[in-house]
Amino acid sequence: MSDFPHTPPRFSATFTPAVNAEIRRAAASGIYDIRGGGTKRHLPHFDDLLFLGASISRYPLEGYREKCATDVWLGTRHAKKPIHLDIPVTIAGMSFGALSGPAKEALGRGASEAGTSTTTGDGGMTEEERGHSKTLVYQYLPSRYGMNPDDLRRADAIEVVVGQGAKPGGGGMLLGQKISDRVAMMRNLPKGIDQRSACRHPDWTGPDDLEIKINELREITDWEKPIYVKIGGARPYYDTALAIKAGADVVVLDGMQGGTAATQDVFIEHVGMPILACIPQAVKALQDMGMHRKVQLIVSGGIRSGADVAKAMALGADAVAIGTAALIALGDNDPALEEEYQKLGSTAGAYDDWHEGRDPAGITTQDPELYKRFDPVLGGRRLKNYLKVMTLEAQTIARACGKNHLHNLEPEDLCALTMEAAAMARIPLAGTDWYPGKGGGM
Amino acid sequence: MQKFDLEAQGLRALNAALHALNGQTNETAWEVVNPKGSHSIAVGLDAPIELTVHGSTGYYCAGMNKQATIRVKGSAGPGLAENMMSGAVIVDGNASQYAGATGRGGLLVIKGDASSRCGVSMKGINIVVHGNIGHMSAFMAQSGNLVVLGDAGDALGDSLYEARLFVRGSVKSLGADCVEKEMRPEHLELLADLLKQGEAEHLAKPEEFKRYGSARNLYNFNIDNASAY
Repeated sequence: MSDFPHTPPRFSATFTPAVNAEIRRAAASGIYDIRGGGTKRHLPHFDDLLFLGASISRYPLEGYREKCATDVWLGTRHAKKPIHLDIPVTIAGMSFGALSGPAKEALGRGASEAGTSTTTGDGGMTEEERGHSKTLVYQYLPSRYGMNPDDLRRADAIEVVVGQGAKPGGGGMLLGQKISDRVAMMRNLPKGIDQRSACRHPDWTGPDDLEIKINELREITDWEKPIYVKIGGARPYYDTALAIKAGADVVVLDGMQGGTAATQDVFIEHVGMPILACIPQAVKALQDMGMHRKVQLIVSGGIRSGADVAKAMALGADAVAIGTAALIALGDNDPALEEEYQKLGSTAGAYDDWHEGRDPAGITTQDPELYKRFDPVLGGRRLKNYLKVMTLEAQTIARACGKNHLHNLEPEDLCALTMEAAAMARIPLAGTDWYPGKGGGM
Repeated sequence: MQKFDLEAQGLRALNAALHALNGQTNETAWEVVNPKGSHSIAVGLDAPIELTVHGSTGYYCAGMNKQATIRVKGSAGPGLAENMMSGAVIVDGNASQYAGATGRGGLLVIKGDASSRCGVSMKGINIVVHGNIGHMSAFMAQSGNLVVLGDAGDALGDSLYEARLFVRGSVKSLGADCVEKEMRPEHLELLADLLKQGEAEHLAKPEEFKRYGSARNLYNFNIDNASAY
């Protein structure tokens, strides 16, 4: 042993303990990491924007006294029966198969009580969700699992899913262990095998085909239902423009913070763009085509609070959708279940192996013993409360900005805290009238 | 017999009239003239009617059909009978890409050739093609039967699940996890019935076909199969 002092151990910033652990896991298992949820890396987000409340130059409204409306019409472009929601916070598409039947019921209960819509997912429409959802959006997905014209006609709107924020360009994978008899029957596949959800629609190949496909769906449903087109946040200007050209009534734009039931971690973390960067491009496409507020824009991807809702709407969205936040409201990753999460090698707040079907909360599972633990009535009540709180928060902010409707929020109500957020959102850096790229570029 | 001039009366009027028949109807015989390649002809039907289209159709003819028997006296564009649930669709001429895509039931008969991706992701439909089919047909096909009296193009049955493929002619290449399988008596019996339903019993005998299906090697992910993906 030398008496000379040693350089203390120093971890690499590139090969961090987490990176090294993943390398060892890949080497041992021979498969990439599959998980649920959204990106976990730090990204420029709504937290990097602040509202400029009113003072002298602008006139605020009295909190809890002066009216600040929250309703929204969706699908006013072509549909005979557009949708009217009391609040601009909707529930994003999440599949039966990924979620349990009681969890889908709870989403329907909570959303209906709060005056908003739910959305089906990859796996078809369930009675639990249709029966408890006043307004239900039926997803028309590349996999076409469970797709049938009766459910198209039972829906209140149809969402043609082209992409998803967690995996633009990617399909899904429901591993065999989560395929119950019911899931297998709904998807026309045997039990126990991995079920791939295709990355592209099998019967159309581009925007011109999409236009014809949308017309077919309208013909099947007698032009009653609004047609949404959902895109993953990757090239939002062009994808929004093409969705509008194809005839969409509503564009649903999902940023990379948006969750998924199960896909490759490398996809979740390395493909797509933050929602903050996506919204201004989509709004510009709508404005350039003279369609802003005529074709409605729903944005999703990491929406957590009324502040996020208000910021998304100030940037030009008509409504938002929540997925991960809704699951947390139902009771997913609850610290009360910490002991059980630890048994699964995880911890409350970080559990994301939803595809394994062992969710102690009974939400992301098809195991009857597990999903019996989940009370859909209580879950629905929790979701309703959360949606109401988000709406109240957004109203509070809007009133402070002098707005009597959430849709009257505008970019001028915001400033940016960081250069990155300023550049992406095209909102001036706090204390300036400048943002990077102002005056040039798209 | 109800006669509908599509050029004069328009697509919306046609589909609205056909949708109004859902349930019980005595108007069971329909003719559509002047289709002129229009898209979405007779989509979303849900009544036991007989409808004949005199001429060629565009995209998605007979899409999501239930119960109805639809005959096309011409050729059909892409997406013919997509996601059909039940009933029958019979085309005298050729069909373009993805005929019978994601179909969940019923019978699709194409008396000419079908193009690429015939039966893509089929989920229970039976398809009988008198002529040839193009590349990537029956890609990710889940269940149902595809019968081809002619030849098949590249990558037949790629990533196939439980659908059964019967081809009389040559197969240019098989897709990942698709293999030739033994033709057992029950398959000959099934094929004879499908040929009869497909108005092809006079054109071919079951013994002339080969059967293809999934090797089931890719049903659960294994890194040692990565070269197959």
